[in-house]
Amino acid sequence: MYEFDWTSIPGALPILADGMLVTLEITATAILVGIVWGTLLALARLSGSPPLVWLAAGYVNLFRAVPLVMVILWFYLIVPAMLTNWLGVGQGSDIRMISALVAFALFESAYYAEIIRAGVQSVPKGQVNAAYALGMTYPQAMRLVVLPQAFRNMVPLLLTQAIILFQDTSLVYVIGLADFFGSAYKVGDRDGRLVEMLLFAGAVYFVLCFGASLLVRQLQKRFAT
Amino acid sequence: MSYSWNWDIFLSPTPSGESTYLGWLIEGLQWTVTLSLGAWIIALILGSLLGVLRTVPSRWLSGLAAVYVEIFRNVPLLVQLFIWYFVLPELLPAGLGEAIKQSDPMTQQFFAALLCLGCFTAARVCEQVRAGIQSLPRGQRSAGLALGFTLPQTYRYVLLPMAFRIVLPPLTSEFLNVFKNSAVASTIGLIELSRQSQQLVDYTAQAYEAFIAVTLLYVLINVTVMLAMRALERRTRVPGYIGGK
Repeated sequence: MYEFDWTSIPGALPILADGMLVTLEITATAILVGIVWGTLLALARLSGSPPLVWLAAGYVNLFRAVPLVMVILWFYLIVPAMLTNWLGVGQGSDIRMISALVAFALFESAYYAEIIRAGVQSVPKGQVNAAYALGMTYPQAMRLVVLPQAFRNMVPLLLTQAIILFQDTSLVYVIGLADFFGSAYKVGDRDGRLVEMLLFAGAVYFVLCFGASLLVRQLQKRFAT
Repeated sequence: MSYSWNWDIFLSPTPSGESTYLGWLIEGLQWTVTLSLGAWIIALILGSLLGVLRTVPSRWLSGLAAVYVEIFRNVPLLVQLFIWYFVLPELLPAGLGEAIKQSDPMTQQFFAALLCLGCFTAARVCEQVRAGIQSLPRGQRSAGLALGFTLPQTYRYVLLPMAFRIVLPPLTSEFLNVFKNSAVASTIGLIELSRQSQQLVDYTAQAYEAFIAVTLLYVLINVTVMLAMRALERRTRVPGYIGGK
């Protein structure tokens, strides 16, 4: 039977905390960019102007058809080339981080766009008509009437997507970036205690995500009218 | 940019001379499809079973299924895969663990990925099936029981035939997710489609061609599954329900 030895975990906590910071940084960036860019994509898709609809739908469907692993690898290929060619930035040490940030932000936007589109469509049509009747322009109607109500309806879904995103950031492993999971794996591999470190990492993810999903459920109850 | 495109690369032979690079891609595609279909079968069976358990009038059984769902939903897929692949053989009784570790690495990777993906997706399928069963009017269950059906018979003949037809659209998106999630198996070394793209980059340095080809193959899988499921949805749609006639 396997003999557990958890003694390498306390010493590894600073490294793991650094990794968690990377994880949270990627998650937070992807949420912020994802909601802003995703809102624009959703509005483009609902705009009724064929080129805009077509472009937004193409973007969303392409990103949703391709595995996240491939997207991360794609951006790890493209971003360094762009940085050196266009901006003249050398192959710095944080190139992996920049690639991951761009990949997650653009990938998540596609998923957020779909949530936001559904949210906007859930606002009764009469609201838009009322806004127009009051003399509002399209941007005003969207900003002042439709989007505030849509976001209120979407909050639980947006947060659930954020929890999924937080879990998905572990995939930066494929480009060798040391996020929380990557750090745990490295330490476990170094100390020959992979079993304990993997179980520990799994437990940490579970506690954080389960706790967050309980909070979302609470929130959902309060928001439900 | 001074990138020299070379699409003929796919037709040139690999270093071992046995195959072309296109042959590698097709081999990767086969692994991706085999893995995903296998995992989907596990997920459907296990997920339906758990979904039923979630709705049976027994606190203990529905609690058990709920615990399963929460565990598999709240740990990242990558971590689960590493636990199946690195941790499980250590925790099994010594003899069995050794036998696993001495088997062919490709077999180990495949079965770890298969079980991982199957159990992971089962949690999602479970939630969909539960939602489907709960969306049925309460009277259906009562009517089944009142007619003298036992509880298993009520599920078999009354609830599940309706529930599955109702949840087919969300199941389609889970099915698509299985194919996408199968790419995670590349991290433990299974040479499926996305791993094959990295291997092509390592051998040929034609990164853009390799990635574009693999991306298109994933899009192709996606479109195929979507069309097949849409046809199935049309055939099984319930008259009188949303989407029905």
